[in-house]
Parts: sequence; structure tokens; C-alpha cells
Amino acid sequence: MTSAQSSPPRTKPDGKTEQRSRDAQRVTPRWRRVVPPVIVLIVVATIWDLVVHLGHVQDFIFPSLENVFRSLGDNWSGVLASATWMTFQEMLFGFLISIAVAVMISLALHTSATLRGAIYPLLIGSQAVPIVVIGPILAIIFGYSISPKLIIVAITCFFPIVVSLVDGLSSVDPDLIKVMRTLDGGRLATLFRVEIPSALPSFFSGLRIAAVYAPIGAVFGEYAGSQNGLGYVLIQATPQLNTDLVFAAVFLLTVMSILLFVLLSLLEKICCPWAGKGKK
Amino acid sequence: MTNTAGSPAQEPEAGIRLADVGRAFGPTVAVSGVSLTVPLHGHLSIIGPSGCGKSTLLNVISGLDDPNEGTVEVLGATAPKDRLHSCAWMPQRDLLLPWRDVLGNAALALENQGVRRKAARSQVAGLVKRFGLGSFESKLPHQLSGGMRQRVSFLRTLVAGKEVLLLDEPFGALDSITRADLQQWLRSALVDEPRTTVLVTHDVEEALLLGNQVIVLSARPGRVAAQYATDFPAGARRRELLRMPEFTELRDELLARLEEAS
Repeated sequence: MTSAQSSPPRTKPDGKTEQRSRDAQRVTPRWRRVVPPVIVLIVVATIWDLVVHLGHVQDFIFPSLENVFRSLGDNWSGVLASATWMTFQEMLFGFLISIAVAVMISLALHTSATLRGAIYPLLIGSQAVPIVVIGPILAIIFGYSISPKLIIVAITCFFPIVVSLVDGLSSVDPDLIKVMRTLDGGRLATLFRVEIPSALPSFFSGLRIAAVYAPIGAVFGEYAGSQNGLGYVLIQATPQLNTDLVFAAVFLLTVMSILLFVLLSLLEKICCPWAGKGKK
Repeated sequence: MTNTAGSPAQEPEAGIRLADVGRAFGPTVAVSGVSLTVPLHGHLSIIGPSGCGKSTLLNVISGLDDPNEGTVEVLGATAPKDRLHSCAWMPQRDLLLPWRDVLGNAALALENQGVRRKAARSQVAGLVKRFGLGSFESKLPHQLSGGMRQRVSFLRTLVAGKEVLLLDEPFGALDSITRADLQQWLRSALVDEPRTTVLVTHDVEEALLLGNQVIVLSARPGRVAAQYATDFPAGARRRELLRMPEFTELRDELLARLEEAS
């Protein structure tokens, strides 16, 4: 009963105090962004190791973290370094190809309602086709080269980018479009000065989702046929019950995924510093 | 009262002329039988109950929309495209581009007209200073107060170089102190930069302060229920006007008419 009194019912805060508290929140806690995830990681790692050690789980079923990292160290220069580099290239270039194609298609879809009506159902349908099916076919066509992996990464990343970009482009305030018309803004001026900039935050959301899919695409591509890459390491290590190495490879995939995600978040901060500010 | 100096080449007699204008959306008649004339550099205020078709009327004048009945003439032009060419529209929300600073937002119309970014920015810099926004010129919209943003929005409209400014409740979202401040500001801005304006507002005082011609629209379908011409000195300050007996008399009269209309 005292707790209710200790926090008196907040009267409607006027815009200013609300703004200030939000600013304060944005400025102070650098540590708040770093410390909680670190704590969570430590807790997860501790539980992991406790379970493995106390449960006497065997290494080939579920390795302890020490062994995963030992395996990472032992195999780094032998297999993992070149595999990581390979997969990284597949992810990155596949992702870039995906962005380029997605941007072109999104702009086309945005510009023409007919095109949107004609192509959108196909795009959505294409997402239901399992990559597992496409992978081997591409491997037959392109062999063990990097091309089929690039295509698969591009296909996996493509959809979230297109959807977010098309949505972003078309969610501009209609009154703003009217204003542009009375300010002599033609179709192109409106596209470049209004629609594209206001679509950027949404576009970046799509990119971040796609970035998380990119390593999955790369691994699928490598599963379908490869001689290098983390996916290749996974195919080799799993039947050998070399679970340490499997987890080490997965760890590297995770790290790349997070790095790409963080990189994109930074890029968004640089590209759209206005995003999320002062919008009512 | 009207200032016809500096009118464009073909010497139009009127800034805006509406004859028997009607606009319906399906079965809903928004406005009907509206006739009015605004002389060049005249200031028309339109008041009326909510939903009486005030904004529809602005859209119809601007050329963003076309009437079903009657004719609209802006500087002698009747085709929507030509009307759009001489009208700039400013809505209640400032709708500034959040990624452009004050100069960039003000320069938007010039850039749309093909002026290079840098040149456009330096062209508007003088105007931005003159209207008291000089020290804010490189601030982004989210760093400005609501009143400041609305000033920038008005400047952006002004910079388009259009003869006709259509103001759709431009100060409706502001608190009363800021609104009073901006009413005074807009009065002097229009003395400095004479334009033909059509102002839509709920606020009777605002209609009188910013118009030398006031029209009361009836509830839907909007028709002209009453029309007044005012002749208050253009240079007078807002506060002086509010104390003038003629002003208060007309304000009460308009309020009464507005009540009848709704």
C-alpha cells in the first residue's frame, strides 16, 4: 500500500519533460547497451558449462565451451580461417547482389501499380520454394564455384529487402506528396527528395533482417556442393562426430551475422540521423 | 485595399474567381454553388463548421482537385495544371522533411524547379534571415519548436514563388500563445511579400486578422452563408486590432453567423 503512495499518480507530463527524459535516456547509458547482453552471455555460458560438466554430457553430443574454443583455436589456421573467409565472401557479395536487385525491383514495383499487381504474387510465391530444392539444381548448373552460393544468399536476403523498401516508399504521408506537387515537385523529384529518404529507416530494417538470413543462405549453398566454407566444415565434421568443430563453425557464423547486423545499424545511424526523433 | 502593382504580364482582373463551384464525392456533396472573387494580393479567410468542405474548396482552387460543377479561375487560368502552377498549399501539419535542415526545407521548391542545391540554399538564406530564422538555418526540424517548424513550412511555401498561397488551418495545431505570435508574424510577412491568400480556419479572430475578406460556409454541403469585407489597417499590430471596437463587433457577428451555419 505504501508502494502505491511512493510513486504518486503521474500527471500528464507536458511535452518538454517527456522530451527531456527521452533525451536523457539516449545520452547516459552507453554501459546499459553493453552490460546487459554481456551478463546474459555469461549466464548462458555458465549454464551451458554446468549442464555439460555436471550432467557428464559427452563431447560428441554437446561439447563444453572450453572444448569448442579449443577446437576453434586448433583448427583456425588449418580449416576455419579459410572457410570463414569463403563464407564471409559468399555472404557479403550475395547480400550486395541481393540489395542491388531488390532496390531495382522495388523501385519498379513502386513506380508502376500494374507491375506491382503483376509481380508481387509471384515474389511472395517464390518465397515458398524451399532453398533446399534450389541449392542442388544450382550446384548442377554452376558446379562448386562461388556463383550458386551467391545466388542462394541473394535469394534468401531478397524478400525482406523488397518488402521493407516497397512499404517504406509507399508509406509517405499523402499530404506531403500533395505539398510536393504544389511546390513544383515532379515524379522524380518526389521520388528522390521525399520517398527514398523517408523509406530509408524501413529499408534498413529490411536489411538487418536479411543480414541475419545471409549466413543461413551461405551454409545452404555450401551444403548443396562445395569444397570450402563453414557449411563445408559442417558437412565434414557432423558425420565425424567432431561436434567441437561443428560448434566452432556455428560460433563463427553467429559472429559474422552479428557483425553484419551491427554494421548495418551503425550505417543506419549515419545515413538517417533523424530517424525516430521528434516524430509524433 | 487591393494592390495590383507588379501583376504578371496578362494582367488578370482577379487573383481567384470561383463561379458556382460544386464538388461531390459520390453521393456526398462537399461544396455546392460557391461563387467568390479574390482580387490579386487580396486575403480571403474561410470559416465554417467542421466538415463543411473548406479543405475541399482549397484543393479545388489549387488544381490538386477539380470541381464537378462550375469554373475555377486562378490568375485567369482554368486548367488544373495551370492552377497548380500558381498555387502553393500549406497544411495544418508542417510536413517538413526531417532529414533536411531549415535552409534545405525552405529551398525545396527551388530545387524542384531545377536550381542546384547550393544555389538554392544561398538564395533562400536571405529570406530565412529576414523572417527571423537566421540562427536556426542549419537545425533539423526535430530540433525546432512547433511554432518554428510552422514558420519554416510557411517560408517553404513562400519560396515556391507562387502568387496564390492556400493555407489550410496553418496554425491549428499550435498552442494559443504561439498561434498569436504566428498570426502577427504572418501579417507582417504578407506585407513584406504580398501574395493572394486563401486561409481556412476555425478561429474567427484569426480569420479577421489574416483576411480582408471573410466568408462563412454553411454546414455540408458548404455554401457561402455570409460574406464580409474588412478594412483594418494592414500595418496595425494584432493586439491593437483585437481592441478595436469594429473588430470585436465583426468578430461577434461572425461568431453568431457561424453558430447559425452549423
